[in-house]
Amino acid sequence: MTRENSLLEVNDVRVAFGSKGFRKSPNEVLHGVSLDVREGETMGLVGESGSGKTTIGRAILGLAPVSGGEILFQGKRIDNLSARHRRSLSRDIQVVFQDPYTSLNPAISIGDTLSEPLLAQGYTSRDARRRVGQLLDRVSLPADALERLPREFSGGQRQRVAIARALAISPKLIVCDEAVSALDLTTQRTVLELLLEIQEQTGVSYLFISHDLAVVRYMSHRISVIYRGDIVETGTARGVTDNPQNPYTRKLLLSAPIAQPAEQAARRAAYEREFASTPR
Amino acid sequence: MSDPIPDSTAAIALAPTARPVTAFRRFLSKPLAVAAAIVLALVVLVAIFAPLLAPFDPGASSLKDAFGPADGTHLLGFDSAGRDVFSRLIWGAQNTMSGAGIALIVALVLGIPTGLIAGYYGRWFDSASSWIVNLVMSLPAMVVLLASRAILGPTVWVLMIVMGVLVAPSFFRLVRGIVGNVRNELYVDAARVSGLRDWRIIGRHVFIVVRAPIIIQVALVAGVAIGLQAGLEFLGISSGDTPTWGAMLNEAFQNIQRAPLLLLWPGLALGLTSASLVLLASGLSDVLGERGAPAARRRKNKNAAPADVVPSTSVPAPETRGALLSIRDLAVSYELADGSDREVVHGINLDIEPGEILGLVGESGSGKSQTAFSILGILPEGGSVSRGSVTIQGTEVIGLAEKKHRELRGTVVAYVPQEPMSNLDPSFTIGDQLAEPLRVRLGLSKQAAKARVLELLQMVEIADPARTFAAYPHEISGGMAQRVLIAGAMSCDPDLLVADEPTTALDVTVQAEVLSLLRRLRADRGIGVLIVTHNLGVVADLCDRVAVMQQGRIVEQGTTEQILVTPEHPYTRQLLGAALDGVDARPEWQPRSTEVSA
Repeated sequence: MTRENSLLEVNDVRVAFGSKGFRKSPNEVLHGVSLDVREGETMGLVGESGSGKTTIGRAILGLAPVSGGEILFQGKRIDNLSARHRRSLSRDIQVVFQDPYTSLNPAISIGDTLSEPLLAQGYTSRDARRRVGQLLDRVSLPADALERLPREFSGGQRQRVAIARALAISPKLIVCDEAVSALDLTTQRTVLELLLEIQEQTGVSYLFISHDLAVVRYMSHRISVIYRGDIVETGTARGVTDNPQNPYTRKLLLSAPIAQPAEQAARRAAYEREFASTPR
Repeated sequence: MSDPIPDSTAAIALAPTARPVTAFRRFLSKPLAVAAAIVLALVVLVAIFAPLLAPFDPGASSLKDAFGPADGTHLLGFDSAGRDVFSRLIWGAQNTMSGAGIALIVALVLGIPTGLIAGYYGRWFDSASSWIVNLVMSLPAMVVLLASRAILGPTVWVLMIVMGVLVAPSFFRLVRGIVGNVRNELYVDAARVSGLRDWRIIGRHVFIVVRAPIIIQVALVAGVAIGLQAGLEFLGISSGDTPTWGAMLNEAFQNIQRAPLLLLWPGLALGLTSASLVLLASGLSDVLGERGAPAARRRKNKNAAPADVVPSTSVPAPETRGALLSIRDLAVSYELADGSDREVVHGINLDIEPGEILGLVGESGSGKSQTAFSILGILPEGGSVSRGSVTIQGTEVIGLAEKKHRELRGTVVAYVPQEPMSNLDPSFTIGDQLAEPLRVRLGLSKQAAKARVLELLQMVEIADPARTFAAYPHEISGGMAQRVLIAGAMSCDPDLLVADEPTTALDVTVQAEVLSLLRRLRADRGIGVLIVTHNLGVVADLCDRVAVMQQGRIVEQGTTEQILVTPEHPYTRQLLGAALDGVDARPEWQPRSTEVSA
């Protein structure tokens, strides 16, 4: 089943929540999803709220229960690992979450946040300190950031800290879950550039999850489109965004307004023609 | 509970960061809390050094001195058994404080670890421990204590342990509640992905969050423990040999006719200590609870300062004022905690003609929402319009009486907020929420209001108005909720709609529908719209004209075509340059070696 060059493979994965209550049927949010990420590749995953795109990321990270199918990392099963094996896997798979305000503990200094994963992987505190210095430099944050608390930083800077934390132990795959969605336009662009630069230097793979097709198109080699727990289309970035085959992908594309009035007018006309909502 | 002052100074000396200094300074700025801390520190010191401070043996009685008056060596005189009141008071401090200490330690040891585990892991441990806690909490404390005295004997210490068990649930519940929330925070997930063990996550990320509430709770519970303990002793539960404040009260009460003054000293000691604990707790909760918020606000204002925006780039005001909305030299200021003002909008000009859609574009902190709020007269606490003029259909709204402003909001100008869901009350149906203002403001009957609401829901293109009318907010989607809010805004048939990021919280397919709706409303009813947004695509889609706002100033204004196609101001160009619309898709993936060489 292993595909060539695959770093991560998600095969027919199902995730269901809410089977906790008595006689309550579980609510399946992923109905057999498959995708793969190659070494050094960015796989874009685009979908709207409730599509299950975040759940895929969480299943890969071991934060959501996999009820069917399998997840392979470098050919080995990683779904439903024991806590100990999962911890050792954290060397290879890391995450950057959407919200830079809640993904950093407000009471812990930046330096401690960054050295935490290093210490957990057995670094000595001196080595960890040296590595944290390199990391701050890597994400273009001043060295005096170490002593400070997250609230002293802007959203973009916090997201740089989150990226530095993900990079700390040189993982092979980083799951970016809406990593730039909470940022202002100009900040968003600089953070995306940073991610691209890091990929070029380190060869890390990204699973880049976003609701924004324009961002995914810019970041990804390939794109999968997910709709209500099913992947409806997968292809190269250019193929999916220039010539979408699935009607939902087309709708997604035509719904996103672009900042050029003439092109937007054409796009809207096409949208109204194809998907004109039928009022009443 | 001991003197917090040395601790904090030590923290300042060790780590010269901003936090300990400000938290400590904020504490110092609360005189009552500081006084309480000093009183408590004195009590604790007295308790610790009781053997040195007490001039006499508290148990040594000389019956000939019973009820004897104060003299040079016996500062407060003698009690009914001829013992030195002052010495007993000092020893009482030690016994009372140790009693409360034992109860607290037992409560902390029982309550905090169980609360952490129950909150973090949940499952059976949570169910079982919550069940036990509920059982303990349903027991009447006094009765249990009296019963344990009967069974376990009159030793104060044993009773204090029992009391510790009885107050442990308050810590358990506090910790469990907070931990249950923290567990779902992203930074806990991030720590798990980082490969941290559970106990490390609990010890570092989770415990640090419950620390402050626990400190506050300790002060409160200590007060309760001291009170209960004194109550027990006053009832004569203790053995009577150990000098405690409660026992002294009991003894004094029996002789209240002969020596009423005996009641005063232990009463005063108890009252002062309990009051200090309560004041300290409230002071601490102010200081620790507000942590973070003021700094963030300061920072935001610093960003909004006009430092690197050249004032000359502000767009000059046109001669004629807009017929529907006209803003001239509007400035908005916020009052800071130290009493000074910080201006966040620095004199802007805007005009909207009837039927025109104007986009107000900018990044977070640019003052665009503040501008919208000033038009509506709904600036948040502390904010005010410091100068300038805003007219709606020629009526000046700055300085307008609230009643007049409300009338204006009800009939001429309406507001569509950003977060549709949080603007609907979850306990009422959509129909009720839309009908109520109609009945109140227009005096419509119940029937007429319902008919009008159904009409409105139909106008905003809701497929099944009757069903939506009867639905509760949680039963409808985000896009539907935004339609409902637009329906609510349209209910008074306004001429001007102020929409603050109306599509930001929505999915893009839903956004496209809401934008269509706004266009159609403009076409059918000729309303003017001020739409605040950060999304240039929304502007291109909807707006006739655009104003670009940066750090409280409008840096460029013009038709949508002008601004988006031939922008002049560097900031507008920067914004457009950051948009990813025109950028090429990423080329296909190549195995790494070739990509690097390319």
